[in-house]
Amino acid sequence: MTVGKDVSALFPDVVNCMQTDNLELKKLVYLYLMNYAKSQPDMAIMAVNTFVKDCEDPNPLIRALAVRTMGCIRVDKITEYLCEPLRKCLKDEDPYVRKTAAVCVAKLHDINAQLVEDQGFLDTLKDLISDSNPMVVANAVAALSEIAESHPSSNLLDLNPQSINKLLTALNECTEWGQIFILDCLANYTPKDDREAQSICERVTPRLSHANSAVVLSAVKVLMKFMEMLSKDLDYYGTLLKKLAPPLVTLLSAEPELQYVALRNINLIVQKRPEILKHEMKVFFVKYNDPIYVKLEKLDIMIRLASQANIAQVLAELKEYATEVDVDFVRKAVRAIGRCAIKVEQSAERCVSTLLDLIQTKVNYVVQEAIVVIKDIFRKYPNKYESVIATLCENLDSLDEPEARAAMIWIVGEYAERIDNADELLESFLEGFHDESTQVQLQLLTGIVKLFLKKPTETQELVQQVLSLATQDSDNPDLRDRGYIYWRLLSTDPVAAKEVVLAEKPLISEETDLIEPTLLDELICYIGTLASVYHKPPSAFVEGGRGVVHKSLPPRTASSESAESPETAPAGAPPGEQPDVIPAQGDLLGDLLNLDLGPPVSGPPLTTSSVQMGAVDLLGGGLDSLIGGTNFVAPPTAAVPASLGAPISSGLSDLFDLTSGVGTLSGSYVAPKAVWLPAMKAKGLEISGTFTRQVGSISMDLQLTNKALQVMTDFAIQFNRNSFGLAPAAPLQVHAPLSPNQTVEISLPLSTVGSVMKMEPLNNLQVAVKNNIDVFYFSTLYPLHILFVEDGKMDRQMFLATWKDIPNENEAQFQIRDCPLNAEAASSKLQSSNIFTVAKRNVEGQDMLYQSLKLTNGIWVLAELRIQPGNPSCTLSLKCRAPEVSQHVYQAYETILKN
Amino acid sequence: MIGGLFIYNHKGEVLISRVYRDDIGRNAVDAFRVNVIHARQQVRSPVTNIARTSFFHVKRSNIWLAAVTKQNVNAAMVFEFLYKMCDVMAAYFGKISEENIKNNFVLIYELLDEILDFGYPQNSETGALKTFITQQGIKSQTKEEQSQITSQVTGQIGWRREGIKYRRNELFLDVLESVNLLMSPQGQVLSAHVSGRVVMKSYLSGMPECKFGMNDKIVIEKQGKGTADETSKSGKQSIAIDDCTFHQCVRLSKFDSERSISFIPPDGEFELMRYRTTKDIILPFRVIPLVREVGRTKLEVKVVIKSNFKPSLLAQKIEVRIPTPLNTSGVQVICMKGKAKYKASENAIVWKIKRMAGMKESQISAEIELLPTNDKKKWARPPISMNFEVPFAPSGLKVRYLKVFEPKLNYSDHDVIKWVQVPLPLPPHISVSSLLLCCLPFAPAPESRSGPSTLQVGLVE
Repeated sequence: MTVGKDVSALFPDVVNCMQTDNLELKKLVYLYLMNYAKSQPDMAIMAVNTFVKDCEDPNPLIRALAVRTMGCIRVDKITEYLCEPLRKCLKDEDPYVRKTAAVCVAKLHDINAQLVEDQGFLDTLKDLISDSNPMVVANAVAALSEIAESHPSSNLLDLNPQSINKLLTALNECTEWGQIFILDCLANYTPKDDREAQSICERVTPRLSHANSAVVLSAVKVLMKFMEMLSKDLDYYGTLLKKLAPPLVTLLSAEPELQYVALRNINLIVQKRPEILKHEMKVFFVKYNDPIYVKLEKLDIMIRLASQANIAQVLAELKEYATEVDVDFVRKAVRAIGRCAIKVEQSAERCVSTLLDLIQTKVNYVVQEAIVVIKDIFRKYPNKYESVIATLCENLDSLDEPEARAAMIWIVGEYAERIDNADELLESFLEGFHDESTQVQLQLLTGIVKLFLKKPTETQELVQQVLSLATQDSDNPDLRDRGYIYWRLLSTDPVAAKEVVLAEKPLISEETDLIEPTLLDELICYIGTLASVYHKPPSAFVEGGRGVVHKSLPPRTASSESAESPETAPAGAPPGEQPDVIPAQGDLLGDLLNLDLGPPVSGPPLTTSSVQMGAVDLLGGGLDSLIGGTNFVAPPTAAVPASLGAPISSGLSDLFDLTSGVGTLSGSYVAPKAVWLPAMKAKGLEISGTFTRQVGSISMDLQLTNKALQVMTDFAIQFNRNSFGLAPAAPLQVHAPLSPNQTVEISLPLSTVGSVMKMEPLNNLQVAVKNNIDVFYFSTLYPLHILFVEDGKMDRQMFLATWKDIPNENEAQFQIRDCPLNAEAASSKLQSSNIFTVAKRNVEGQDMLYQSLKLTNGIWVLAELRIQPGNPSCTLSLKCRAPEVSQHVYQAYETILKN
Repeated sequence: MIGGLFIYNHKGEVLISRVYRDDIGRNAVDAFRVNVIHARQQVRSPVTNIARTSFFHVKRSNIWLAAVTKQNVNAAMVFEFLYKMCDVMAAYFGKISEENIKNNFVLIYELLDEILDFGYPQNSETGALKTFITQQGIKSQTKEEQSQITSQVTGQIGWRREGIKYRRNELFLDVLESVNLLMSPQGQVLSAHVSGRVVMKSYLSGMPECKFGMNDKIVIEKQGKGTADETSKSGKQSIAIDDCTFHQCVRLSKFDSERSISFIPPDGEFELMRYRTTKDIILPFRVIPLVREVGRTKLEVKVVIKSNFKPSLLAQKIEVRIPTPLNTSGVQVICMKGKAKYKASENAIVWKIKRMAGMKESQISAEIELLPTNDKKKWARPPISMNFEVPFAPSGLKVRYLKVFEPKLNYSDHDVIKWVQVPLPLPPHISVSSLLLCCLPFAPAPESRSGPSTLQVGLVE
């Protein structure tokens, strides 16, 4: 059966044997069922009864066996019957049954995820994390981790300090495998601060002495990850570094397969934190009886650890390796010598002489490999080791690999002026031009052109020959194009050709084979797993969406070092990405929205130059007409807050630049959210919101709901110019794409430093919101009290003087009805919205409150509030130099007092 | 997690196949055979990725064990599991061979069902498994027995069952050390380290608490603060252990905080700890080889060994293995002491000396005739290796104490017969009792004991 023979025909007979008392026979029948139930689902139903019965057997071993096997039978009809027994087994008194049931939940989830959720098994599984038996805990953790992987968004594991503590306790008690599950799970947790990280590390470090290498590696993973959060100045950080080295070295005395896994991981660790193993070079020296895969990995790590301090030893080793038997290993050793030369400058000379020694061995592949690396050394240290060229030229004939031939041609071309017979050498290559690989052909073309530029007199014929070979007789487009370029360069302007072809080349970098930092960080999170063996993220080799949740290191919290995690970068709308999205819009407004969505610059106002104003007006007008608003009056220049002198090209950023007049205090009244933009008008995007003022800052609380069927991304927001210069103080940050039916709440900080234009009504705000679908416009009215600043209390004397000073025609009187408040209550209520009571008087049984407030643009409003006890309405008289605001201040009064 | 597990014979025929996950199809079995077992070149990696499926394999004699997965599993865990699987099978039916596997077909499936659930390794301690997976058909168990089994399998001490009884409580402790030495062609020691193993055989009743102490520098310095006397006595003899790993029975957190090794041992033989030292290694021997090529068909080899310890001590059972080229046609050997023989099947000259006192020197010279070959493949020049027994541990490790305490049963530390040997002669499968040299209560000075070490020296030209 298991070796591939089809014995499914025996199904009924086997099922008949199921109800046996013989445990071994039962196990075999179950094994048969697991293999064939899928092909004969109808027959499998016959077995259900026995399963259910076995789940109630007094013998816990049989109960567990039944639930274990049922989970492996992937037949829909059977899974239905599985639920009840599973529920019972999850609460079984016997830990053996519980631990089996815990894994069974993962099995069931694999077959029918919805069923597991509906039946509430996930909660039961979560409860098992607090089980008294460590093995049950470990299996529950394993099952939950697996289920959580397929639901990256759900917070299934819900790791918090309490549950972490439970896991750490179970860690001490469970089997080696359980310890691995728990450590792997711990690695997914992000501690809230460095303290917590340290305390977890302290409890994980004892695992480094475990005999099971997987436990050690998983512990290393947790430590490497949490170490990110620890400050480097901490004593503990140093201790931890020291503690990590010995276990990693010990892994190298494990079985070869494990050594291989360990070495692949050490390769990552050495790149991330070279300090851990910098003194351990010797342990990576290859042993005679190491398998080849271990040897190659050790060699890689040796190069990474090579430094000035140990280079002599390393070179001596590498030289030995270069005389070994395995061809791949020898090649890599020779390459390693070259890499050492490039990495450790002091050793370059010794490396070159070692390579020359190796060339003398005349072993074909050693010579070729040596020539390839010497080319690199020439590029790193020009004009230093050219004396060896003669030796290299001696071996010209033995080169048969394209890479070595190309390297040799490059050397000859580059140093043509020092090689007397350079033309002969290159000519010899030219004979079989068409049989060479592209790499060699290209190199030969360039080499001969270089030669020609250096020795034009003797080599004219040669260069013409190669050019015609490359351009006329070749059908490789790269070669042809390069040939034509050289040809034209040479024929039109030889001086320019010289500058181009013989230009000074940049030095090659030291480490070209390092893993890219973000990938490295991700791989560190996968220490011990296949990803770390392949040095590839799981998405590269795992099918489907399973287990490909992107992981990243936690950001350092305690130190000032910047976060190394890629995810911490704002995912909102970085300005650089914007232009790709909208240009299709094509109109002025689209461009306008693109131009600057970065946070505004705040600074002292400067006087604006008329040119800039012109630009602003021009574009502003365009915006207005597009929005379709009424005719606007261009604002008086004097009232316009100034820009920071930005260049005209980015004149629109002026829209945002202004100082804000914010104070301190909180508790302003907040209106409930109202729908501003219905989904119908915005292709499925619904926006509702309100304005708040808290501790001196204004913000716009938005609620974005995606009612469309497609995912929305790339949100950005922009305001039209308005009466009080409201503008977004930060870009609209919607961190994740908004999937259908998802709602996101955002608080957008506002500043009052934007451009000013009088609106009708005064508190009208026109907003444009853009996403990946379109740009949408709406307008809303903001309550004026969000503009009342915290330092709006006027001195009593000043109040009197100002009150008299303002002409009487600027006074407006309003009735506030249905406001049964007394003077005290009204005063305190208004104060919380920054309307300050300057004085209070009692005139003829009426309470007179004299109040002042200041708007963000510096306009003072003085008020007299007359409250008659017993009368629900009160009278408000407002005096202001800008009488237009009075109406809105009254509305603000009304809303504040009535709420 | 592990999606499936296959066992193949050397021809690539499947002996055992158990699939745990739905994502592993039948063709996975063939993919591994075609791409790895039948591959022409040498195995270049123990992990192979074929069509997005990853195969982990280990080889035992000519049997291949392969674990398959499509997910990003913990690779170290998979290998550890495969080794464990081999251990468990060996504990049940001895050597892992095609015949044994075929004979224990049912048992292996039963084991695979038990120790891997949905690809997650479960309790794999032989001691526990043997209580309920037996080859003798079912035993009718009482309810108490059943719950005892399950609590043991899932419990904190999964490696030991309760209720073990011995008439004689015995404990064997062996320290095995091997010295790895890397020398430059100039005879300079490049690196040397001792990797040691402490192997224990316990035949103790009940659930005994054991405590093991050695002359670990850190412990002795800690204690030395309290009693100055102890420091003067043993401070010099303490050793610095670079790193050590422990069997899962050892309480690691206790070791981490107090550096004391306390544990409840499994029944029978197990490896308690491994350690590694690099400092102050006593190299008992020096090996000085000289190789001279005489023409294309002749090699002259001369090897001198010098014993490098007190003249009063004796090294025993010295065996030097000098590898010879593959195209050797004949060898003539002359040695001053002991016996030497060319073993063609092993491609080596084996030189045996029964005993040798300290500060002595002995040499062997050999003429190796070579067949002229056109074979370009070079000889890999394996190192000369050496086995011997010396009455001290090259690392300097000593056992300070081994205490046994059983809270429930009424036997105390004094009733346990302890056999401690530092170090134990290699190879370890020699029956231990015949080689025991000391019986407890033991004296702290192990000078009178003998033991072997292996010494590997690179062949120098």
